[in-house]
Amino acid sequence: MPLFFRTIFKTRGEAIAFGAFLLLLLVILPLAIPVFRLNLVGKYLSFGFVAIGLVLLWGRCGILSLGQGVFFGLGGYCMAMFLKLEASDPITTAIQSTPGIPDFMDWNQITKLPLYWEPFKSLPFTIAAIFILPSVIAFIIGWALFRRRVGGVYFAIITQAIALIFSLGIDGNQGYTGGRNGITDLRTLCGWDIRSENAQYILYFLCVVLLFTVALGAKYIINTRLGRVLVAVRDREDRVRFSGYDVAMIRAFIFAFAAMLSGIGGAFFVLQVGFMSPSIVGIIPSIEMVIFTAVGGRLSVLGAILGCLIVNFGKTTFSEAYPDLWLYLMGSTFIAVVMFFPNGLAGLLEKIPTSKSKFASLLARFQKTTPAVVTKATPISDEN
Amino acid sequence: MGEYTSEELQSIFIMQSFSGLSLFSVLLLMGLGLALIFGQMGVINMAHGEFMALGAYTVYLCSSLTEKFAPAFGPYYFVAAIALAFVICAALGALVEWLMIRHLYHRPLDTLLATWGLSLILQQSYRSIFGAREVTPTLPDWLMGSYNVKEGLDIPINGMFVLGLSIVVTITLMTFMYRSAFGLRLRATVQNRKMSDAVGINTGKVDRLAFSLGCGIAGIAGAAFTTIGSTGPDSGSRYIVDAFLVVVSGGTASLLGCVASAFGIAQAQSILEFFLEGTKGKVATLLVIVIALMIRPQGLFPSKVRGN
Amino acid sequence: MKTDHDNVLEVEDLGVSFDGFKAVDGFNFYLAQNHVHVIIGPNGAGKTTVLDLICGKTLATSGSIKFKGKELRGLREYRIVRAGIGRKFQNPSIYENLTVFENLELSHPTGRGVIGCLMFRRTPAIKKQCDDVAEQIGLADKLDTEAGILSHGQKQWLEIGMLLMQDPEIIMLDEPVAGMSVRERTETATLIRKISKDRSVIVIEHDMEFVREIADRVTVMHLGKILAEGSMEKISQDPKVIEVYIGH
Repeated sequence: MPLFFRTIFKTRGEAIAFGAFLLLLLVILPLAIPVFRLNLVGKYLSFGFVAIGLVLLWGRCGILSLGQGVFFGLGGYCMAMFLKLEASDPITTAIQSTPGIPDFMDWNQITKLPLYWEPFKSLPFTIAAIFILPSVIAFIIGWALFRRRVGGVYFAIITQAIALIFSLGIDGNQGYTGGRNGITDLRTLCGWDIRSENAQYILYFLCVVLLFTVALGAKYIINTRLGRVLVAVRDREDRVRFSGYDVAMIRAFIFAFAAMLSGIGGAFFVLQVGFMSPSIVGIIPSIEMVIFTAVGGRLSVLGAILGCLIVNFGKTTFSEAYPDLWLYLMGSTFIAVVMFFPNGLAGLLEKIPTSKSKFASLLARFQKTTPAVVTKATPISDEN
Repeated sequence: MGEYTSEELQSIFIMQSFSGLSLFSVLLLMGLGLALIFGQMGVINMAHGEFMALGAYTVYLCSSLTEKFAPAFGPYYFVAAIALAFVICAALGALVEWLMIRHLYHRPLDTLLATWGLSLILQQSYRSIFGAREVTPTLPDWLMGSYNVKEGLDIPINGMFVLGLSIVVTITLMTFMYRSAFGLRLRATVQNRKMSDAVGINTGKVDRLAFSLGCGIAGIAGAAFTTIGSTGPDSGSRYIVDAFLVVVSGGTASLLGCVASAFGIAQAQSILEFFLEGTKGKVATLLVIVIALMIRPQGLFPSKVRGN
Repeated sequence: MKTDHDNVLEVEDLGVSFDGFKAVDGFNFYLAQNHVHVIIGPNGAGKTTVLDLICGKTLATSGSIKFKGKELRGLREYRIVRAGIGRKFQNPSIYENLTVFENLELSHPTGRGVIGCLMFRRTPAIKKQCDDVAEQIGLADKLDTEAGILSHGQKQWLEIGMLLMQDPEIIMLDEPVAGMSVRERTETATLIRKISKDRSVIVIEHDMEFVREIADRVTVMHLGKILAEGSMEKISQDPKVIEVYIGH
């Protein structure tokens, strides 16, 4: 295998799991299920971006953010603003008292498009904003807090408060943000109808491909020195600092990176679901994103994606049939995962194949004659 | 603010301050419990709001039962209900500590998540038992009405009662922390757990008591809450972020900081809510706190000890 | 003694107070090039605090810390490390889940920024440096061993090795032989003598035998202040020092 692949996949098993998962999502599912279900899977996968970010941020670096919904929302709202402006051309909105502005603005007696909406008429600007806005805001928040050594529980609470502020803020400014109803009725992207079956297929494939590209990138980061430093920061912060690393900068960077991924996820959510509302960015959705990651496995990139699929699938199925039972199930699953399976599904799955290799490494440890070959790097923590 | 005369403004401020005082009382009681638990174990109890709701539901239950079986007891049941709310919440707290929290030591973030799972379960069980609709206990007559200070200025009695209750609880807690043998053990464990273990303090037992005491106080907060609002399954979660911010911005080491920040947050919120419509007052308050915490994360009253 | 090029580190009038309690007060300290300078003193004398102040872990309230004429006071920890000062903690602080080799490699100063970490490659030069340091700390045959299963003494050496990877000009060791066997102590003393050929070393220690073996110069601290300073022979005859040690 070329060096690049060796950096991404430490074992053949990992590469096979990755390929099999990709096969399932790209070939088997599209053939097996109708398009509206596939669209639902695409919606679940848009949370996969957030979950991958949380693997790096929370699983690897030990920073729990309860505000990832904010960045998901920022990306989503950027996308939704663009789509809404396209849906509000003066001809379609001719019956409004001010044609050419989004309908909810018209209902709220706003007669002119606010200045900060203007640039979202441009697609390149919108795409740039989806990438940049969440990461810059996260970097500022992260830098301010990490430089003052705020971490752990404090950081979780402050990010949760930010999630509350963000959702309340959107909720309370109906004229500018669509308020509680959100931004709805999104139809076309540059003239292309995103609600057609054709578009749903294409957007689904685009989402899967991008998600797995991001997953490869995340695995790459995990296996470089940065990945080792992240774990070192989590476990031995002071030693890392006194090895000359700027711990605050590393934390702020990974927080910003995770935020950027969340923003991309938000944009794909909007494209596939066709609306954006504050109910997807507040405290509860933010913490649900942590649940997806925890159930799938906070250390594993693939596990986190799997967690998004399984928990969301369970939510859709159960909450329709037994809405009462669902919350009990979700609450107790979460308690069980946190208490007994902190490495989630991925941790459970990996126990089986690695027991053999663990035995082999134990054996090697006892054979004193092993030459000091150092090219083989053991992953920093038990699960990958 | 241009459209108000200075006299009107004065009345508005006084009235809003009094409504702020009720909020202050609830936030203070919530915050005290949280701070006690956080200070003791470094653990944030995400289900704290649900403990508060449990206290409120206890009062509601007492009120219904009294009405049905002992109407004559009506004027007095409330005091007994407060005590019962404390006992029930403290008992549940001890159970939760025993089943869950003690297994998650040294994993504060996981404790936070696990208690959040618990809060989902509790909320849903309130919904199953009491229904999704909000309920209100019948308050005794002596809590109703208001005291007329002067023309155009009425002070509601329930507000005064809640304020008095929270002051009593705060003073009792402080006395308990600084004057009793248990309080001494508790403070010792906070300062040096290993040493406390070594000198024969059963730190596990101290933890359980602290956790259950904190939850019990949340129960009192819930009882107080019933006098100023109606209780629903998610009543607790509406106050939880505010309560967290009270603890964090007060400086976790100090109960006095908790009082000061609860007061500040409640007053700011209630006065801003009058001038800014809807949720904007709350957003503005939260925003100010979060920005202040970014600049000064140690809170109002940080503890100064040598970093280890 | 106080000429500029002789001293790598000049600490003057250093002080810090916690809530009015002066943990370190009016502390003067001159570290000569390639010297092993030991700080001793009873518990609570402020020895560890002095190290914390020099490496930036605790912020001083007064005084100056000059490293080769450059003021360090107020710099962030990682900047002080990058300037050339390495510090070992009292309890061995290593990455238990990594191998000895990875522990050393992670301490290599190349690529300590975010981008640098992403670009970092294990070059032959870096590998050779890790091997050399492992040789020096006596862990050459343990390169593939997970650091968590090393003995206490080996962990201490590994941490010293991690400092050596940074090639600092000053190394600060907080009680490096605490909990070591007699043989490990002797080996540590040899190691410290060896590494001080190219750099200066500050050591905090209780064990007088060990101090006698390694020290070029000794500073005695008591209640945050300097009680005496000089060679080991001079110190051990100082009546004030004897009183502090015997009197306690």
